[in-house]
Amino acid sequence: MLDRLQVLGQRVISVFSRLGQATLFLYQIILTIPGLLSRPSLIIKQLYSTGVQTLLIIVVAGCFVGMVLALQAYYVLVDFGAEDSISQMVVLTLMRELGPVMTGLLFAGRAGSALTAEIGLMKSTEQLSGMEMMAVDPMQRVMAPRVLAGFLAMPMLTAVFMAVGVLGGYLVAVHGVGIFEGVYWSLAQLKVDFYTDLMNGMVKSLVFGFVIVWIAVFEGYDSVPTSEGLGQATTRTVVHGSLAVLGLDFLLTAIMFGDI
Amino acid sequence: MSFSRGSREIFKNISLDIQRGKVTAIMGPSGTGKTTLLKLIGGQLKPSQGSIQIDGNNVHQLSRKDLYQLRKRMGMLFQSGALLTDINVFDNIAYPIREHTELDENLIRSLVLMKLNAVGLRGARELMPSELSGGMARRVAMARAIALDPVMVMYDEPFTGQDPISMGVLVNLIRSMNQSLHLSSVVVSHDVPETMSISDYIYLISGGSIVAQGTPDELKNSSDPWVQQFIAGQPDGPVPFHYTASPLMQDLLGE
Repeated sequence: MLDRLQVLGQRVISVFSRLGQATLFLYQIILTIPGLLSRPSLIIKQLYSTGVQTLLIIVVAGCFVGMVLALQAYYVLVDFGAEDSISQMVVLTLMRELGPVMTGLLFAGRAGSALTAEIGLMKSTEQLSGMEMMAVDPMQRVMAPRVLAGFLAMPMLTAVFMAVGVLGGYLVAVHGVGIFEGVYWSLAQLKVDFYTDLMNGMVKSLVFGFVIVWIAVFEGYDSVPTSEGLGQATTRTVVHGSLAVLGLDFLLTAIMFGDI
Repeated sequence: MSFSRGSREIFKNISLDIQRGKVTAIMGPSGTGKTTLLKLIGGQLKPSQGSIQIDGNNVHQLSRKDLYQLRKRMGMLFQSGALLTDINVFDNIAYPIREHTELDENLIRSLVLMKLNAVGLRGARELMPSELSGGMARRVAMARAIALDPVMVMYDEPFTGQDPISMGVLVNLIRSMNQSLHLSSVVVSHDVPETMSISDYIYLISGGSIVAQGTPDELKNSSDPWVQQFIAGQPDGPVPFHYTASPLMQDLLGE
C-alpha cells in the first residue's frame, strides 16, 4: 500500500515538475520574441512548413466533414420536415465546434508531430548545441519562430476548414438531396452571428494553436536523443496535443456559450 | 574542477592548462567524459566545483551576453558535424557570419569561399549536408568552426569513423590551420597515432582523473603500465578486458 502511494506521489511530482519545466521553457521563448520581430523571414519560413504544408489535409478533411454533417442532418431533419435547416446545422456545428476542434486535432497530428520530430532530430544531431556554440540562441532562432508560426497558422487553417466544410455541405445538400440553393445560403447567412459563432470559433483556434505548438516544441526540445526517445516524444505530442484540444474545447465552450 | 551528473562523479578535481597557440589533446577510453569536458569549457555545462578560465574570464560566471561574446571567439567541431540540415554547405558556413556581422553579401561570399577553400571543399558549396560523406561533413564543420576567425577551436573526436584518406586530410588540416591561423586547439580523441602526431601536449584521462600528461614523446617513453596499455592498444592490462564478473566456470555451472 505504502509502495503504491509512493509511486503515485512520484508520478504526481513528475507531472508537476514537467509542467514547470514546460512553463519555464515557454517563458524563455516569449522573452526572445521581441528580438525575433526584426527577422520576419524566419517566421514566414515556418508559416510555410506548419501552415501551407498542412493545408491539403485540412481541405480534404474539411470537405468530407461538411458533407457528412449535411448528410446526417438531412437524415434526422427530414423526419420532421425541417430538411431546409441543413445549412444552419452544418454552419453552426463547423464554426462553433468542429472547425477549431478538427483543425486542432489534424494540426497536432500533422504539424505538431513534424515539429517535435524536427526539433528532436536537431537535438540528437547536436544542431542545437552547435548553434549555442556559435553564440546563436536556439530559443530565438528555432523555437520562437515555430511557436509564433503555429499560433498564426491555426486560425487561418480553421477558417479554411470552415469554408471548405460549408462548401462540402452545400454539395450534398443542394446537389445531393435537392435542397434549394437559395435556402441553403440564406439560412446559413441568417443564423450565423459574427461574434458568437465565428469569432468564438477563431478564439478557440488561437488557443488550440498556441497549446499544440507549445507542447510540440517542448516535447522535441526535451526528448531523449535516441530513435526510441524521439518516437515517444512524437507520440506524446499527438496524444497530449489532442487531449488538450478536446479538454480546452469543453472549457472554452462552457465559458463562451454556457452558464457553467 | 569537479563535475557530477546526479550521484555519478565524472571528474574528480582535475586541473588542465591549455597553452595558447598549441595543439592540446585530451585522450582517454570511451565514456570517460571527454566530450563533457569540451561542453564544460564551452559553458554548456557547469562544474559542480572549481572554475574554468579562458583569457582570464571565469566561463561560468559570465552573463549570457558575455558568454555569447566569448563563444564568438571559440569554434567547435562536433563529433557529428552538427551541420544545419535544412541549408546547404555555403549557407552553413555563412550562418555564423550572417548572425553576428552586418557584412555585405558579396563579402560574406568571399569569406565563405576562402574558408571552404582552406578545407578543400569550395566545389561542394551547393551540396546539402545529406549529400556529404562523413569526412566531407567534418571538413565543412571545420570550415564553419573557423568562420568567425576564432582564437580557440575545440575538436570533438574528429577522426572517428573516417576512412584513411579523410583521416589523413583531417590530421593535416588541424595541424596546418593551428599554425596558419594562430589558433589554440583542443583535440578530444581516442585515436592514438593520429592525435599524437599533431599534438604538442597530451592529457590522458580515465576514471574522472588525469592519469598522465606530457608531450607525445614523454608519453611514448612512459613506464606507466596504464599509459603503455592505452598507447599500444593492448586488450588487457591495468584496464581489464573483462567487466567485473564471477569466475567463468562458476557462471557456466550456474552456481
